[in-house]
Amino acid sequence: MSARAPDTLPNPIRPAFTEGSREGSVIVNIGPSHPATHGTIQIVAELSGERVVRTDVHCGYLHRGFEKECESHTWHNLIPYVDRLNYCSALINDFAYCEAVEKLMGIEITPRARYLRTLLAEYSRIADHLTCIAAALMELGAMTGFLYLVTIRDYIYEHLADLTGARVTYSYGRIGGLAKDLPEGWLKRLGEILDEMETFTGRVHGLVDRNRIFIDRMRDVGVISTADAVNWGFTGPLLRSTGVPRDLRKDTPYLAYAELDFEVPVGIKGDNYDRYYVRMREIDESAHMIRQLMEMLPTGPLCVDDRRCTFPEKSLVYTEIESLINHFKLVMDGPQVPPGEVYSAHEGANGELGFYIVSVGGGVPWKVHCRSPSFVHMGGVHRMLDGYQLADIVPTFGSVNMIGGECDR
Amino acid sequence: MSEALFEPIREHLAEVTLEAVVAHGALALLVEPAQVLEVVRSLKDSFGFDMFLDVTAVDWPERQPRFDVVWHFYSTQHFVRVRVKARVPLADPTVDTLVPLYGSAGYMERECHDMYGIVFRGNDDLRPILLYEGFEGHPLRKDYPKQKEQPLVPYLDAKP
Repeated sequence: MSARAPDTLPNPIRPAFTEGSREGSVIVNIGPSHPATHGTIQIVAELSGERVVRTDVHCGYLHRGFEKECESHTWHNLIPYVDRLNYCSALINDFAYCEAVEKLMGIEITPRARYLRTLLAEYSRIADHLTCIAAALMELGAMTGFLYLVTIRDYIYEHLADLTGARVTYSYGRIGGLAKDLPEGWLKRLGEILDEMETFTGRVHGLVDRNRIFIDRMRDVGVISTADAVNWGFTGPLLRSTGVPRDLRKDTPYLAYAELDFEVPVGIKGDNYDRYYVRMREIDESAHMIRQLMEMLPTGPLCVDDRRCTFPEKSLVYTEIESLINHFKLVMDGPQVPPGEVYSAHEGANGELGFYIVSVGGGVPWKVHCRSPSFVHMGGVHRMLDGYQLADIVPTFGSVNMIGGECDR
Repeated sequence: MSEALFEPIREHLAEVTLEAVVAHGALALLVEPAQVLEVVRSLKDSFGFDMFLDVTAVDWPERQPRFDVVWHFYSTQHFVRVRVKARVPLADPTVDTLVPLYGSAGYMERECHDMYGIVFRGNDDLRPILLYEGFEGHPLRKDYPKQKEQPLVPYLDAKP
């Protein structure tokens, strides 16, 4: 016999307030099933007229036990899970996670892998920023800008599919290197896409930068000061939009960033317009970096020659007992990571993406914790919502670029 | 990275730290749970660790005290990270909240409370954040079975 769903379902959240703090104010619930909250965030807001008095932001609707699941799979098998944290720039997650494990194992990756990871991380950053700006423009009704940017993003997805076999979640990083080398003609097409992208971002600049409606909706909306941003743990474009050039690629250089020439764009006062512009400028800088990396990309092996993590050549697995055993042990037991703990952070598209991993030795992690920028930003987003209009929630929330996968993990 | 900063910190906090090691470019301090607030305040005020990155816990079921509570801090002036650890027992998994020092601590302490049941004394908003109201147990503890289900909305084909 099948049971009927109960008539009233229990409320999954307990709002911080259920009554208005002043006469005539009302409490409204926004999300989670609303396109402007990107499907996973719930905002309980007290409104006085159209003005937002205070907000209580809830997340967790996409929680799927990432960290728990990590504790029962080998280090290598986690890579597809890590991809699904920030699915707009999955490669950055791959590389940040792999680097954390490599640090524990004491592995230094090959020059080719190092430059290629840098190139792909910047390529992913472009895709992520394009998505964010496109969605934010669409939410303001600027459909043309959305289509321009998403066209380019789709070129990038198809191009990455040529390399990795998947459009969005690539599982392309490997502990000690990368899954496979570039296919023929890949770099040539990369140059074409970058050129085309600049045409389209130029058009978007022309469409919205000095557009009265756009400026009215974005300028002086969702303002946050540097001190506030640091206090609330903001990193990435959000922190830079307040005017400080804090960027892990410059401050604690990793991969090949120390050898690249690039600028860290900053905003003026930390409003929505600044966040839009900082992202647009970062796209330019990423393209500049990719062009340098295309010239610098060295030849040589892709994966380190270390039997603890790198799979042997397939032909050897079939012909040689040592390689067969090596392959078997890597699949069944996983890479052997010495005991220890490490926190390793990369500059993700949204801010500091950190992995805190604890190993007790062996092929399975004891703990994997992800410090995701989106979750931290949701903790402070009320500072950018309170005091503005109800309609301002949409562009402000859009400019934060909350990614449900990494926020709720 | 200016790791030269680590030596003065070690000296300054020598009396309240049980252990201080530098590994993988970060300084790791082990402190008594009661000293956390004092240590972090001094890190923030005297050494410029102005960004609260993260708080989480590590469960060691065989060990007494059972939990490590782990904080990470970053200095936006010196570009270095410091990790602070405190060990708390299952019977009293309590540490002081850092909300008075860092705004961002609130949300992350809620997550840590969700996942491990660590109580942050002084944080009066430890409502579930990634989990939901009425969820029983703390899923990241090692004794919480991975396959356990607690659906908020009953399955339609479930027995009444």
